[in-house]
Amino acid sequence: MSLGPHADFIVAAYAAAVGVVALLVIWVIADYRRQRRALADLEARGGRGIATGAPTT
Amino acid sequence: MSLIDLANPTRFLKLAARLLPWFVAATLVAFACGLVLTMLAPDDYQQGATVKIMFIHVPNAWLSMLVWALMSVAALGTLVWRHPLADVAGKCAAPLGAAFTFLALVTGSLWGRPMWGTYWVWDARLTSVLVLFLMYLGVIALWRTVEDPSRAARAAAILTLVGAINLPIIKFSVDWWNTLHQPTSVFRVGGPSIDSSILVPLLVMAIAFALLFITLHIAAMRNEILRRRVRTLRLLAAQAAQVADTRAGARA
Repeated sequence: MSLGPHADFIVAAYAAAVGVVALLVIWVIADYRRQRRALADLEARGGRGIATGAPTT
Repeated sequence: MSLIDLANPTRFLKLAARLLPWFVAATLVAFACGLVLTMLAPDDYQQGATVKIMFIHVPNAWLSMLVWALMSVAALGTLVWRHPLADVAGKCAAPLGAAFTFLALVTGSLWGRPMWGTYWVWDARLTSVLVLFLMYLGVIALWRTVEDPSRAARAAAILTLVGAINLPIIKFSVDWWNTLHQPTSVFRVGGPSIDSSILVPLLVMAIAFALLFITLHIAAMRNEILRRRVRTLRLLAAQAAQVADTRAGARA
């Protein structure tokens, strides 16, 4: 497949698309892991801290 | 399952867990088909191989407007019907819409340089899409500035509805004003003016990007619901700690 004299522009456009989509996917996955970790941490402390009213920080 | 049933965040989380693997698979298949068709598509008789940029530029340009339209419906859901997930949907769509608009602008510039001889002109279509991108950033900034989600939701909903005025301006800018940008060539009276050898890969790529948006949007909404649970639990923990401190102070 030949991209002709403007191959640089075509490759740059597809690279930009791949880069932005990859960033979105990484952002969503990383955010999910962060929230799950925070929730698990809070629920683990809930037994000792939240439920009993003890300081949790 | 009705829309009201989905108002329950727990029910939404269960549904998201069931749907996400299917949407991920569908997105991957659609992109695989779209990219193969893109590679096999013939060069344009005028533009040569640069027409391949269209297969990513146009879907992103469509999505940039569609996502704002979806955010506008979500804004109505927040302000009129007070649907509990409407503001979650609006908030999570904004970064995705901003990314699609950014890609539309960047790929458009990279297409414009070899075809028009310039990366950018301040004409109606390009400028109105740039305004759309800035409005996305404005909505994201608003969500990040106001800490209370319900207050942020109302402010963002009003901004979104005001910004919806830009959608018909973008759509009809190529008809209303003299612009370098080509007129509508797919959704037009009399049918598409593009040959099917190029139209089919374009539509498949559009479906792939739309599936990508749906997948990421469901995942981002799930994350936002979890974030709000974390926030609520932290507030409860802080309140519990305050009560414990007050009791300890009263005993002493």
